[in-house]
Amino acid sequence: MEPILELKGITKSFPGVLANDHINLTLNQGEIHALLGENGAGKSTLMNVLYGLYAPDEGEIYVRGKKIAISSPRDAIAQGIGMVHQHFMLVPVFTVTENVMLGDETIRAGGFLDRKTPADRIREISHEFHLEVDPDSFIHDLPVGVQQRVEIIKLLYREADILILDEPTAVLTPQEVDELFTIMRSLVESGKSIIFITHKLREVLTFADRITVIRGGKVIGTTTPAEANQNQLAAMMVGRDVSLEVNKEPAQIKDIVLETEDLVVLDDLNNAAVKGVSFDVRGGEILGIAGVQGNGQTELVKAITGLSHPAAGKLRLLGHDITHASPRTITELGSAHIPEDRQHDGLVLTATIADNLVLNTYYRKPFAKYVVLQEDKVLENAEEIITNFDVRTPSPLIPAGSLSGGNQQKVIVGREFSRPIKFLVASQPTRGLDVGSIEYIHKRLLEKRGAGVAILLVSTELDEIMELSDRIAVMYNGQIIAIVEAEGATKEQIGLLMAGVTEA
Amino acid sequence: MSDKVKKQEDLKKDAGKIFLEEISESPLTVTILAIFTGLLLGGVLVAITTEAVYQAFGVSLWEGIKAAVGAAWQTYQALFYGSVGNPSKIIAAFQSGDAEEIRWAVNPFFDSLLVSTPYIFAGLAVALGFRVGLFNIGAEGQLFIGAATTVTAAIYLKGLPAIIHIPVSLLAGFLGGGLWGFIPGWLKAATGGHEVINTIMMNYIAFRLSEFLLRGPLKNPEGFSPVSAPIQESAQLPRLFQAPIRFHIGFFIALFFAFLVYLFLFKTTWGFTLRTVGANPRAAKYAGMSIIQSTVLGMFLSGGLAGLAGANEVLGVNHNLALAFASGYGFDSIALALLGKSHPLGVVLAAILFGFLRNGAIQMQILAGIPVDIISILQAFILAFIAAPAIIRTIYRLKEPEIDIEAVTLRGWGGN
Repeated sequence: MEPILELKGITKSFPGVLANDHINLTLNQGEIHALLGENGAGKSTLMNVLYGLYAPDEGEIYVRGKKIAISSPRDAIAQGIGMVHQHFMLVPVFTVTENVMLGDETIRAGGFLDRKTPADRIREISHEFHLEVDPDSFIHDLPVGVQQRVEIIKLLYREADILILDEPTAVLTPQEVDELFTIMRSLVESGKSIIFITHKLREVLTFADRITVIRGGKVIGTTTPAEANQNQLAAMMVGRDVSLEVNKEPAQIKDIVLETEDLVVLDDLNNAAVKGVSFDVRGGEILGIAGVQGNGQTELVKAITGLSHPAAGKLRLLGHDITHASPRTITELGSAHIPEDRQHDGLVLTATIADNLVLNTYYRKPFAKYVVLQEDKVLENAEEIITNFDVRTPSPLIPAGSLSGGNQQKVIVGREFSRPIKFLVASQPTRGLDVGSIEYIHKRLLEKRGAGVAILLVSTELDEIMELSDRIAVMYNGQIIAIVEAEGATKEQIGLLMAGVTEA
Repeated sequence: MSDKVKKQEDLKKDAGKIFLEEISESPLTVTILAIFTGLLLGGVLVAITTEAVYQAFGVSLWEGIKAAVGAAWQTYQALFYGSVGNPSKIIAAFQSGDAEEIRWAVNPFFDSLLVSTPYIFAGLAVALGFRVGLFNIGAEGQLFIGAATTVTAAIYLKGLPAIIHIPVSLLAGFLGGGLWGFIPGWLKAATGGHEVINTIMMNYIAFRLSEFLLRGPLKNPEGFSPVSAPIQESAQLPRLFQAPIRFHIGFFIALFFAFLVYLFLFKTTWGFTLRTVGANPRAAKYAGMSIIQSTVLGMFLSGGLAGLAGANEVLGVNHNLALAFASGYGFDSIALALLGKSHPLGVVLAAILFGFLRNGAIQMQILAGIPVDIISILQAFILAFIAAPAIIRTIYRLKEPEIDIEAVTLRGWGGN
């Protein structure tokens, strides 16, 4: 059978770099084709070429056997190619219908908008492909998983046959991921074809029909889940053997470092997000906080790091009462924090890497003499951390925002780990990172554990929690409903607890 | 991998291309081209508002074009004469060797620098605010309050030597303007009231307050108009040349302050804090910086610098306080801080440009009969082009600067 889409010799270079180097890719009708590669491997560039956002330097695109030229997303849509971007392109204050019809509005007599016809069409589509969504609800009321469905409906509404999904699972909870894959299956069964960009190995092995691995702008190989396994794929992606299993030494438990007592924390809308939580973390152990996103983890971390103050309860760090302490006081006691949102909280993207590396120490010796910044020391420090933590950058003086996600995270980890610390809060430390970066961050976390640091690990990735933690606290609806020893705990057990099910 | 490396080397070898890329990527090019384009469009505007041009077009197309170009040329010549001086007059004056004649001939140039001085102070004020993420629209009011406190110190402190009286009067201006900036800063920190609204309101209060002061407490008892008494001679900023040149050391004080602001912002921990708060308040909070302190301090310093603009005018040029004696400087300074990219050096250059334009415009009106307002339109053109660099890039086919993330990270973590 003739492939529905064929890319031949696609080459695209940016100044100083070849992002796509003669890439060939075929997509068969009714197939889920995974495009696997690390951040910066050239996956997104390739898809942007296909979607008409970049003009390729060389190469040809064939759709249904016919050579075509795509110079704008409009051309791509006309050819039946649709793309769901990693960051959704939806207007929050519009309804589902309004968002779907945007740019392709139906007009009633007299120039009025027709909302009914599109709404009916949306209902048909959602029925046909099991994409449940109410056309009249507002986007800002919908959970992320449903917003993604709206994006998919947008494509189907424009009658796209070739769907590109860019990192669709990065923003979803495990349950939503399962739902998405059901939807993708039903799409291909009714004749659509899907290119699915990801760097998560387990996903491609479970859900893809074929897998193409890209590294350094080149196709490394195409395989199928039946022929491949995780270690092989990881090695293809990274270009060397990667250890996916974490080698964990037995914990050397020391004294209590952090104590929380009946902690109550309010969210931005003044509702109690953390409802009376008590636990402690000891030196040399990793306490993992498991839970589906939005069960109070964010607010708990904010209170522990001093970014907000608890409404009730007590917090003690190394014997000091920090219930109402400022972030700086807590930092100076020997606490470090890898924030959940690295781009907003962890870094000043417009500032240089060197400045970011002294963000919470710049006012102290050796970086400051009275009030004068010691630029040579700041630079020395940057060069040292860049070497030690393997930050890939041409210079310490470029803005942190121009680094990839993995390297940005290494800047943060480098900064927080390069001073003497006794306590560490790591909040979603590997979210959105590729295999190599994840391996690296995990290794560093275990190193700190070995050095006697007390670590509070908050993650929505159950695998991460299971692999790293010594004890696992499950958070549900603002409460810690169980704390279990990691050894002997099963995924099913924790998964049930995450859903709020406690055994009788 | 090998052919990729080769291609990268090819790119490196082509030095000419890299040079062009560098130039076209530098924002300075855009700024300069924006100024150039603004001047060009200003010329067109002059041509189409000159009646003689239409009459000439009635005669013939060629006559019309000639008249249009002539009108624009005449305007800019007048602007040049008014802001720099008439070159032939300057040469003649130097040849004659008569000192007073030379001073008259070069006076426009020094007058332009004189006008630039308050622009430097006020531009620094707004730029410092921008760096902290604050929109200080209140430089105009802070300038008036600074002038009022300065004049008070300069009139009522008696018997001080100039070396003390001048700094004390400047300090009074700094504190006055600083107070006027501190209030909206504090309001923002304490209540969340937005500084744009509050600084605009503080402007009105400042205008009416200075009116009250000049009709009441500060009014010169020996006069009838709402003008203060002249300041003590010991508080006057020394002039560097004899009459008619009014150029005084204020210009150098302004340059010194630009340098101080540069050091403060980029070389001290305080500046680091303020810049971080301005660039990303959430990260600043996370790193343990105080947003409230930074907001209040930023507004105080910004107001203080604007106050110095007023102080400079009072001590250096007017030697008294009059109603609306320096109106427009505070508002123009918002534009010139943007033009100067909120960097002290950029502000100084932009302030000098604005000073020459403002001073030249007056001569232009006298000599060529072109209304002063054309300068406002010209400034607006320049700013519009700076604010929309895409237009300039399109006109001059400049390349968009690409922050190429993939260039940095194409190779992953692997150790191959």
